[in-house]
Amino acid sequence: MTTMSSAEPTRRDFLYIATASVAAFGAAATLVPLIAQMNPDASTIAAGAPIEVDLTPIADGQVIKVFWRGKPIYVNHRTKKQIEEAQNVDVAKLPDPQPDSARVKPGHDQWQVLIGICTHLGCIPIAHQGPYDGYFCPCHGSVYDTSGRIRQGPAPLNLALPPYEFLSDTKIRIG
Amino acid sequence: MSGHPTYQPQSAFMRWMERRLPIGGLIYSSFVVYPTPRNLNYWWTFGGILAFMLGVQIVTGVVLAMHYTPQVDFAFDSVERIMRDVNYGWLLRYLHATGASMFFLAAYIHMFRGMYYGSYKDPREVLWILGVILLLLMIITGFMGYVLPWGQMSFWAATVITNLFSAIPLVGEPIVTWLWGGYAVGNPTLNRFYSLHYLLPFVIVGVVVLHIWALHVAGQNNPTGVEPKSEEDTVAFTPYATIKDSFLLAVFCILFAWFVFYIPNFLLAPDNYIPANPAVTPTHIVPEWYYLPFYAILRAIPNKLFGVMALGASILILAFLPWLDTSKVRSARYRPLYRQFFWVFVIVCVGLGWLGGKPPEGNYVLIARIFTVYYFAFFLVILPVLGKVERTKPLPNSISESVLREGKPIGAQAPPPAGAKV
Ligand code: HEM
Ligand code: FES
Repeated sequence: MTTMSSAEPTRRDFLYIATASVAAFGAAATLVPLIAQMNPDASTIAAGAPIEVDLTPIADGQVIKVFWRGKPIYVNHRTKKQIEEAQNVDVAKLPDPQPDSARVKPGHDQWQVLIGICTHLGCIPIAHQGPYDGYFCPCHGSVYDTSGRIRQGPAPLNLALPPYEFLSDTKIRIG
Repeated sequence: MSGHPTYQPQSAFMRWMERRLPIGGLIYSSFVVYPTPRNLNYWWTFGGILAFMLGVQIVTGVVLAMHYTPQVDFAFDSVERIMRDVNYGWLLRYLHATGASMFFLAAYIHMFRGMYYGSYKDPREVLWILGVILLLLMIITGFMGYVLPWGQMSFWAATVITNLFSAIPLVGEPIVTWLWGGYAVGNPTLNRFYSLHYLLPFVIVGVVVLHIWALHVAGQNNPTGVEPKSEEDTVAFTPYATIKDSFLLAVFCILFAWFVFYIPNFLLAPDNYIPANPAVTPTHIVPEWYYLPFYAILRAIPNKLFGVMALGASILILAFLPWLDTSKVRSARYRPLYRQFFWVFVIVCVGLGWLGGKPPEGNYVLIARIFTVYYFAFFLVILPVLGKVERTKPLPNSISESVLREGKPIGAQAPPPAGAKV
């Protein structure tokens, strides 16, 4: 730096660069715990264990809300009419094209299980509201159909599906 | 500042101190003999008001923190206990909650002042950008504070605002989980917001120091936008600016007190007196009034990613203002066209604020879109073009000339300002 005349790199230049590199690496390494501590901690992850839901008490046309990982999950016992409406849609015209069959488990058309969080900015849509008898988000007016697919409004995606499986015809496990 | 008497410590102690830590001299040269343009009007008093409000927020905040519990099961109740049981707790909380509104009110006036008189132009670009950074820090601090009482609005504001980051492609979702410290807004979120809400005001203090430093290097702008040229053009900070600042501060405090004592809940959302419920979103969620213009811009755009980008751009674009405005003339007084576009801009900002509180349907959306277009066009089209085509009015040769020509020779008869003459 202060050696003005020599254009050749010196051993001192090398030492400066090496020292600065070690310091920079050390500083970067310190950031790892500082940033990682903000991610979900072990207890939060453990609390996300799967839950089981008994479907017998849910009447035809009724929607219930359960919580899994702090997220509301809608379990919707769809009526015949709602299932038909969900199936008879020109999928290609949807903002986020997906057939109804991809959003329910095979042979369980009447059970629609989805994460009740608007894909816009995270509000909870209200069930059985809006022009499609599906879900309506009060925050900025997104409208979902009975399959939870986005039909109108600022939300970009269909309501997400949680991982779940049928343990029997009347019991599911979410997670 | 040549020509001004240097600090002569009066007491033996201050003389002793001055040779070790010359803080007396710093205060003297910055806030006593510091030359201010003689024509400053009341719009120049909001900087002092802002400093005062920052002090109010810190003092009331630190004492609230002595009674507040940052835990999801107790936060709401602890705020209710502040309201009912803590001695003068109601007063401290209302001062803090209303204080945030007054703080933003002063900041917006301060910024419109800067825009009207071209205070962001050479050599004050850095000063202006520090101001934009302060606005950003205030926005973040106010948002995190609003989450602390853990009412319905707190919870859903936290959810919606953190979800803005989910619009970022690919890394959006992991970032949101990281911000929450969980899979939804919850206790870890409340804890970290509290920690940051305590920290950020002190970061603001640090940036304010830089802001004032930059101000004292460039000097204050003034209503003519013409730099002071001689001693005739300036008066000493004390008593002239001190008194003027104090007077408007007193008037401002009357307004502040009126809110605090007569309509303390006018600016607070009733829904926030309902404890947070992660299962139900209130049917009409709106942010605090001071965020509404930005919120209206977000909602005016029917696409999530672009909506979020427009929201961010509406704030960040302010930082580029010094280069977007191509006119050499600072003050709108001498810019007949700019002056009109400026007032339309003010109306548009206030209008967006009004629209942000309306449901996003029908004509409201349409008007919000038109206003959003104007908001951005003002910066990106009108300002760059206007500087090239506008015929500005002749500038006065100096500040004192403009003051005297307007027939108000105030300074001429007044006793020489303390310390202004050698
Ligand atoms: C830039 C300055 C600040 C701003 C704009 C600000 C803003 C806010 C806002 C809007 C609230 C919600 C009020 C309500 O609805 O109840 C709040 C709450 C709170 N703030 Fe601040 N604040 C600032 C500085 C501070 C500081 C420095 C502290 C502590 C050292 C603090 C501690 C608190 C506490 C404990 C609460 C929760 C109690 C309550 O809700 O009243 N604040 N703040
Ligand atoms: S959060 Fe549902 S529409 Fe915005």
